[in-house]
Amino acid sequence: MTSIVDRLLLSLNSTVIDYEILLLIIITTLGVAIFTVMAVNALIAVYFERKVSAFMQDRLGPMEVGIFGFKGGKKFWGGIGQTLADAIKLLVKEDIIPDNADRTLMILAPFIIFTGALLTFIAVPFSSNFVISDFNIGIFYIVAMSSVGVIGIILAGWSSNNKWSLYGAMRAAAQIVSYEIPIGLSILLVVLVSGSLNIGDIVEWQSSNRWFIFHSPFTFIAFFIFFISVVAETNRTPFDIPEAESELVAGWMTEYSGFRWALFFLSEYANMLIVCLVASIIFLGGWLSPFHIINIFPESWYIFDGPNIGLLWLFSKAAILIFVMMWFRWTFPRLRVDQLMYLCWKVFIPISLFNLFFVSLWELMTNV
Amino acid sequence: MENNKTKTLKDKSIIETGEMVLNMGPQHPSTHGVLRLKIHTDGEIVSKIEPILGYLHRCFEKHCESLSYEQIVPFTDRCDYLASMHMDHAYSITVEKLLDIELPDRVEYIRVIISELQRIASHLIAVGAFGLDVGAITPFTWTLRDRERILDLFEQLCGARLLYNYIWPGGLSHDLPPNFINRTLEFLDYFEPKIKELDDLLTTNKIFIERSADVGVIPPDIGINFGVSGPTLRASGVNWDLRKDEPYSIYDKFDFDVPLGQGLMGSIGDCWDRYYVRVLEMKESSKIIKQACKQIPEGDVMAALPKKIRPRKGNVYGRYESARGDVGFYIMSNGKNTPLRVKMRSPAFCNLSILSEISEGWMISDIIAILGSLDIVLGEIDR
Repeated sequence: MTSIVDRLLLSLNSTVIDYEILLLIIITTLGVAIFTVMAVNALIAVYFERKVSAFMQDRLGPMEVGIFGFKGGKKFWGGIGQTLADAIKLLVKEDIIPDNADRTLMILAPFIIFTGALLTFIAVPFSSNFVISDFNIGIFYIVAMSSVGVIGIILAGWSSNNKWSLYGAMRAAAQIVSYEIPIGLSILLVVLVSGSLNIGDIVEWQSSNRWFIFHSPFTFIAFFIFFISVVAETNRTPFDIPEAESELVAGWMTEYSGFRWALFFLSEYANMLIVCLVASIIFLGGWLSPFHIINIFPESWYIFDGPNIGLLWLFSKAAILIFVMMWFRWTFPRLRVDQLMYLCWKVFIPISLFNLFFVSLWELMTNV
Repeated sequence: MENNKTKTLKDKSIIETGEMVLNMGPQHPSTHGVLRLKIHTDGEIVSKIEPILGYLHRCFEKHCESLSYEQIVPFTDRCDYLASMHMDHAYSITVEKLLDIELPDRVEYIRVIISELQRIASHLIAVGAFGLDVGAITPFTWTLRDRERILDLFEQLCGARLLYNYIWPGGLSHDLPPNFINRTLEFLDYFEPKIKELDDLLTTNKIFIERSADVGVIPPDIGINFGVSGPTLRASGVNWDLRKDEPYSIYDKFDFDVPLGQGLMGSIGDCWDRYYVRVLEMKESSKIIKQACKQIPEGDVMAALPKKIRPRKGNVYGRYESARGDVGFYIMSNGKNTPLRVKMRSPAFCNLSILSEISEGWMISDIIAILGSLDIVLGEIDR
């Protein structure tokens, strides 16, 4: 697996431009590319979520705003331009900062959250060929970077000088920090079996064996623990207590509006995409075709694999997981703070630790 | 203790902790209107809670003193705006008690059908909004979808969807539109399976049970002492339903049960019971409507009354089982065409009064759940 940065550097190295300047240009370009991916993801995901929720609730969802004169009628495409119009509205909206707020921190907070999401994308591969930078500790980097956002959340809650925001921020901090542990322990299982922190190697292992979710009963459990924990980490229902709109108005985002609020929104959906991509990569075979699910299919069936078609597989798997997250949101009520902590510390973490122990045993027994 | 305090004051490096006062409302998504709750919190735990009322006060009782008896009906509509028919009905039976008149049979039957439809509509809001309060959004839209059908029926009936002015002292403003009975029965056929759907989605959901069972328990004796009534009291296991215990109108002619809280998921009188009693009551209401639709006679829809109502001198108290509980109207008449004084007993007001008693020691999220399960309507509380 060679990263895009390396390939671009190799192919452009012969030109007259300085190496440093070239690196800078490439990094900036790729940063803009990631930002575009995030923005497009948010646009599509928001539309998708609104439509999914509408169909679950016997409504039609957005139906009025078309795009370039295309309106689609009373079909799924009915309001295809709605999220675009919403995005424009958010960008031109007045930017309100309350008098008593801590101005600097309040301005800074959305960017920290956004940066966390943006930096995580660097190590998330889209296919065997599409990865911005190929770390040998990729999965570790992703786990580390995805928790940077919590600093921004605490800053946002504290600087808003609003009690609801403060409650939301404190809840978010407790929740996100707690749920990092079961996530980390579940990933550790995969690292233990595949023997590498590199995402390419993890998928390579699955290509020569089978999907990690079917490696053993313990990884099967670990997948569900991982998935539920990332739902909590991204603050989605039933774990949306930091922004619980019926309790805390809007939680830590209460005082934000316009562009800064849009950044929160963008980061939320980017985080959703990231965690679903990571879940697909480490448990569901990543960019491998579904024929790798267990190793009983003949070799000739593996023609569906490849760097380009792999992109399709990975994003389909992630899309299914994102749909499941939306399904959760529009079906479940919200947990209470103590119940959330109970689930994490008394259920998930002990099970994860047992998992870790037994998967080690499993590996010892099967690899003798 | 004393030492600790002085140390805290001198040494700024020790972070001071204390109670925080949180103002929930009047603008808040789940105070069901413009209620303001002053919550003293220690972290997430609530140590004291004070409901502050009056943001929707419209001088209903004072207005009544300058209006004739017929003109008061639109004002009673606006008391409990989620169950306007119940308020009109309650007021009308009180005035009729004062007038000592006999109503045509058809009026009573139509009133029962309409009132029970209204009870279903009101409970749908209560059940859905309680789901919303504990974080489930979809049940609310489902119940609103079903309530919409009832509102359509009412629109055919009197042209209004929320504030009807339909039940008048002495009768009704109109007769039923043609085919109304069939449409009502059609609605019930549509509606009964929907209760099953709601049960599958929300009632038996594990998270929902975790959030509502054993939360905010109202013991029966404390409930009675606070004057709690309606489904909120029945959820605590107290069999008190005016339709059975003090039958008004023609409720004694129908066969229906009074659902009581049984503590199926936790203890008797918790939020889950209050929720589930309302779900069961919707089934009972639909039973009553079916019976009434079968038996409804032909006839007039207005008793013979003079154009200006001038009741006898004297006082009268009428009570009525509304969707929220025991509504009472106390009317003092001095023989003129306007009442001397009208006092309204608001069930939601009494139900709300127990909030501070039962919610101490719970978390902020639970306060929202408890408030939602009490099913308050601020229009009726503030009047």
